[in-house]
Amino acid sequence: MDVDLIPHEPPDGPRPADAFEVQLAGLDALEFGESSASSPAQRLWSVTWPKVAALVIALAIWQSVVWSHWKPTYVLPPPGPVFRELWHDAGTVLFWRAIGTTMRRAVVGFAIAVVLGLLIGGAVARSRFLRSAVGSLITGLQTMPSVVWFPLAILLFKLSESAITFVVVIGAAPSIANGFVGGIDHVPPLLLRSGRMLGAKGVRLWRHVIVPAAMPSIVAGLKQGWAFAWRSLMAGELLVIIGHRPSVGERLNDAENLNDVVGLLVYMLVILILGIAVDALFGAADRSLRRRWGLIGRE
Amino acid sequence: MKVMEQARPAVPETTGGVSLDRVSKRFGTGPGAVVALDGLTLTLDRGEFVCVVGASGCGKTTLLNLVAGLDKPTSGTIETASLRTALMFQEAALFPWLTAAGNVELALRLRGVGRAERRRQAAELLGVVRLDGFGDRRPHELSGGMRQRVALARSLAQDAELLLMDEPFGALDAMTRDILHDELENVWRRRGLTVIFVTHNVREAVRLGDRIVLLTSRPGRIAAEFAVGFSRPRRIESPEVSGLAATITEQLRAEVARHGR
Repeated sequence: MDVDLIPHEPPDGPRPADAFEVQLAGLDALEFGESSASSPAQRLWSVTWPKVAALVIALAIWQSVVWSHWKPTYVLPPPGPVFRELWHDAGTVLFWRAIGTTMRRAVVGFAIAVVLGLLIGGAVARSRFLRSAVGSLITGLQTMPSVVWFPLAILLFKLSESAITFVVVIGAAPSIANGFVGGIDHVPPLLLRSGRMLGAKGVRLWRHVIVPAAMPSIVAGLKQGWAFAWRSLMAGELLVIIGHRPSVGERLNDAENLNDVVGLLVYMLVILILGIAVDALFGAADRSLRRRWGLIGRE
Repeated sequence: MKVMEQARPAVPETTGGVSLDRVSKRFGTGPGAVVALDGLTLTLDRGEFVCVVGASGCGKTTLLNLVAGLDKPTSGTIETASLRTALMFQEAALFPWLTAAGNVELALRLRGVGRAERRRQAAELLGVVRLDGFGDRRPHELSGGMRQRVALARSLAQDAELLLMDEPFGALDAMTRDILHDELENVWRRRGLTVIFVTHNVREAVRLGDRIVLLTSRPGRIAAEFAVGFSRPRRIESPEVSGLAATITEQLRAEVARHGR
């Protein structure tokens, strides 16, 4: 037998018949080295500190620009009062009602865009005719700034929730559809062949092979779709003001009208924070998917 | 097994395996057409292990696709006695979004096996390829050899009687390949599988096959057949294996040289 493979056989070691199994187990064991595990606290710190450092640098730049007296403080206030005002506003009902309205619009619009985008994407991916007919139209729609839809939306729906939803949906759906189509186009042929060989056909091939294989691209499309939805929504809330219904965009507009620079910056910060928070959610979903697939290593 | 034989009396007693009768496959039409296989006639008995060797362009992969039913021959007939067929590739072609056990379970699920039974059988099949305890790993967390063993377990999960293998160990290191030869031989014998094993590695073919078919290239025809007489299990480095491999390699070289002139 291969003495090299089992050099230190114990006296009553494996019988020759088991030698093969021992070799196989040895080979498997060699494949897996020691894993260097770091504690959750260490990992959290290693992701957090660069972000904290960047924030500190940004605030320092802001403060230095103010100190340089480039603009008077009633035009460009320093960070201190802005964050004090943000803290104060966070204790008011109006602030949370505004965020509530905005997030509801974002979620509803995005949800409709997801349904539409996936339906259209699925149809385009399956039919050669549809692809040549509307494939490039979808990409074209994706490049169109959503603001240009507002005049039409306001004519169609007046100054209403529907006008905003319409633009949010039309801004997000093409990206989602494109992500789905792209994902399906890039399903590795080997996996398709493998799936067919296992007896998957039609709906079952889609359910068990095509859609899971397209998932990274679908998630990327959703993430991009969200970014477009969020931009469209902010443009919409600045343009379509509905009376007695505070929203983040409406508060921003209000601050501008009242020459309230601190309030303006507060709501810009709110928009930034909300954007980062939702993007982080998509990022986490994307990363966990990629990690499970082995597309990226552990951080 | 007995029940099945009674249920299928129509299967001819002569082979019960696979038979190809003057099978040709042409890709494209007109002067640009490529003849991948030309009048191939080959018969396998039930439970036989046949290795197909040949240089590039001999239509080995085409042959497997035809037998697997993934493609239709241009002319000729292929009879597989309605054996359940599984195909293994050089890459394991496991689904990266499923665990090792999940991959095996999917094969069972597509056969209509119930949930609890799937779990039990998948664990058992991973045991057959000696991967107990690795069921929760994802394909990228396994070595190339382990992935091929999962692919083998998945083929068994299809309850395959006919196993078609397209250079399944081609991408593995020599040590792993050697051990997987033992593994495959065990599984083949215990399960009474019929195997068509395509490879460009002549020693591997002699190590494993009951019979070796040498194909010519462009178009693919049968150049020679060799029966491997020596007893199993064979060792790839044994003098008998080396001797026969040398003879076959010589013919293969002559065949390749023909295209150089």
